[in-house]
Amino acid sequence: MKWLHKDLLDVSQLSKSEVMAIFETAGRFQELQERPVKKVPTLKGRSVVLFFAEPSTRTKTSFDVAGKRLSADTFSLAKSSSSLTKGESLKDTALTLQAMAPDAIVIRHWCSGAARFLADRLDCAVINAGDGRHAHPTQALLDSFTLHQEWGDVAGKTILILGDIAHSRVARSNVILLNKLGADVRLCAPRTLMPPAVQSWPVTAYSDLNEAVKGVDAVMCLRLQLERQKDGLLPDLREYAQTFGLHQCHVDLANQDVRILHPGPMNRGIEISSDLADSAESLVLDQVSSGVVVRMALLFLYMTRKGEE
Amino acid sequence: MPKIDLILHRAALDGKEVDVFVGKGKIVEIRPSVETLDAGDAQVEEAFGLTLMPSLTDVHVHLREPGYEYKEDVESGLRAAAWGGFGNIMCMANTKPVNDTQSVTDMMLDKARRYWPHGPRLLPIGALTKGLSGKELAPMAELAKAGCVAFSNDGVPVKSTKIFRLAVEYASDWDRVVIDHCEDPYMGVAAGVNEGEVSSRLGLPAQPDIAEALQVARDVLIAEYLDLPIHLAHISCRKSVNIIRSAKARGVKISAETAPHYLIFTEDYLEDPNSEYDTNAKVNPPLRTRDDQAAMIEALNDGTIDCLATDHAPHASYEKETEFDVAPCGITGLDTALSTTWALVKEGVLTRETFIRAWTTAPCGIFNLPVNTFQPGDPADFFLFDEDEEWTVSSQTLYSKGKNTPLLGTSLKGRVKTHFIQGKKVV
Repeated sequence: MKWLHKDLLDVSQLSKSEVMAIFETAGRFQELQERPVKKVPTLKGRSVVLFFAEPSTRTKTSFDVAGKRLSADTFSLAKSSSSLTKGESLKDTALTLQAMAPDAIVIRHWCSGAARFLADRLDCAVINAGDGRHAHPTQALLDSFTLHQEWGDVAGKTILILGDIAHSRVARSNVILLNKLGADVRLCAPRTLMPPAVQSWPVTAYSDLNEAVKGVDAVMCLRLQLERQKDGLLPDLREYAQTFGLHQCHVDLANQDVRILHPGPMNRGIEISSDLADSAESLVLDQVSSGVVVRMALLFLYMTRKGEE
Repeated sequence: MPKIDLILHRAALDGKEVDVFVGKGKIVEIRPSVETLDAGDAQVEEAFGLTLMPSLTDVHVHLREPGYEYKEDVESGLRAAAWGGFGNIMCMANTKPVNDTQSVTDMMLDKARRYWPHGPRLLPIGALTKGLSGKELAPMAELAKAGCVAFSNDGVPVKSTKIFRLAVEYASDWDRVVIDHCEDPYMGVAAGVNEGEVSSRLGLPAQPDIAEALQVARDVLIAEYLDLPIHLAHISCRKSVNIIRSAKARGVKISAETAPHYLIFTEDYLEDPNSEYDTNAKVNPPLRTRDDQAAMIEALNDGTIDCLATDHAPHASYEKETEFDVAPCGITGLDTALSTTWALVKEGVLTRETFIRAWTTAPCGIFNLPVNTFQPGDPADFFLFDEDEEWTVSSQTLYSKGKNTPLLGTSLKGRVKTHFIQGKKVV
């Protein structure tokens, strides 16, 4: 497939057939994971800047591994080591990066729209690794890829996203992508953690987890930012864990082969019980593996676009 | 009959061709136009094909001097006003230092006189509380004496209802109206985005319309209780309009303004693929929904909203060319307000009467300013306007230092060709 997009800002840019092309490419890279030498020369001589203006361990490492497995040179730039801490604007940081002529920039930033801001100003591919509360397209793609591997097809399945929806870029991108793939999406959160206009989203919203979980095929738990309690959005973490944490009693109400996902890192005992995190139903570690191959597929497609290779 | 200094020849005034005779800065007579004039030694301004309008009054401008001259200064702000058709501009007190002492007011007025001796008139608004802190009343007697025409903490809502009530009472002792920045500060951050579908999809922290309406309701109750006037700044939503309408029906001394950007843009602009996250549309209060936009137009036409004001808020380009969360709120407006709102008249959205009332008689009436109604004795404040001249909004065509407007790149119709204030040509 000839890849025409310059940037990946959100999954809304992708057609269903393009998502399938990503899955197919990721599937091919999966075989590489089994080899003793897990490296191919596909992107040899190309450079990828990992610009993480917000702390991240797993997404950054996942992109780093993905780039290196394709033989790209990866360079890290964190906020603490960049001039952003010296007051440099994002525009100047972007122009400095541009002058170094990378082939792709993977950006994570605390502001919604920051990836678009860079994409409008840079010639190289910009891949959004999470911008503010807006989007986290690679996480959504790896989540759906994980389920796609598990089920063969996501269409027709019912998936519950549980937790802090209001502040979650993971939830926003997953709602868009799962709908695109034909799934029925439910959301569950206290009203204080639900987006104000959720009624306009293509989902069914619940505040009762026992109702929300009935008959679902998968539950995606979201990480709770513990400072939400300080913001006054929750009375206390104990009540949250008891009311909106996922426990075995909820799994019993779901479909028999329910699958549990979590983008990590997990607050065990708060949004998910520790036993469930380690259970047979849990796909948390599969998500990590999927993350590497999906990001390999994305780097490959975005860095070799225009039919260059 | 006084000596005639100036004659406007063949100007189009409300569909008629007229000659306007001016003496000693005032309109002396207006007659149906004649082909050949006996002008004597008066200056004659040929106005054939141009529309004659009274100078506009803007009751809500941020000139940024002192303190932020890189965004705008008195000279550049008055230039933008003159070319924008404004004869009076009232400038807010959120400068650095804040306009809460006579020396700051004096400095502003001195600069205005030095650079623009004949106008546009700069009319300072004094701070309501010292340093805009919301804690201690500003010295309003001193400020009024120095030339402040009103008082406001615009930009920083007064949190204490008690202090606000005292400020309204004290201002009335000096015959000044208080202008309130209508925003409940406890309803979330001033994010520059309306809370709703668009902010939810874009993942931006947002503020709901009730942050404005709650403060409007508070101000209505205070004005009613004290039986004193309060002017409500930059009204942007239907909920506020409904409260104001019912208050006015009861005779509460409330007046209100809205800005052109609430009439021509909605929050949808921010998720349009061509303008997604455009910080030039980040403004406080934020651009609202299409229903709110419709409510503002209805309210202007029926008089619930008394007047228009630009809320001219210039910023440097580098301050706006940044992440949405980081960018300051504000849209520059003095240069574009006439073209955009006159276009609404041409489209039939606003009536001509509404336009004239909203930009001239109503703001002047609320703040006791000189007004030109084209009657003998009125100040000779008017401009000639080519309604058909097209121009493109760009950093080159805006006279303000602030180029921060979502209209950048847009083609507008209508340009001021000549502007007289008190009979003196300023443009």
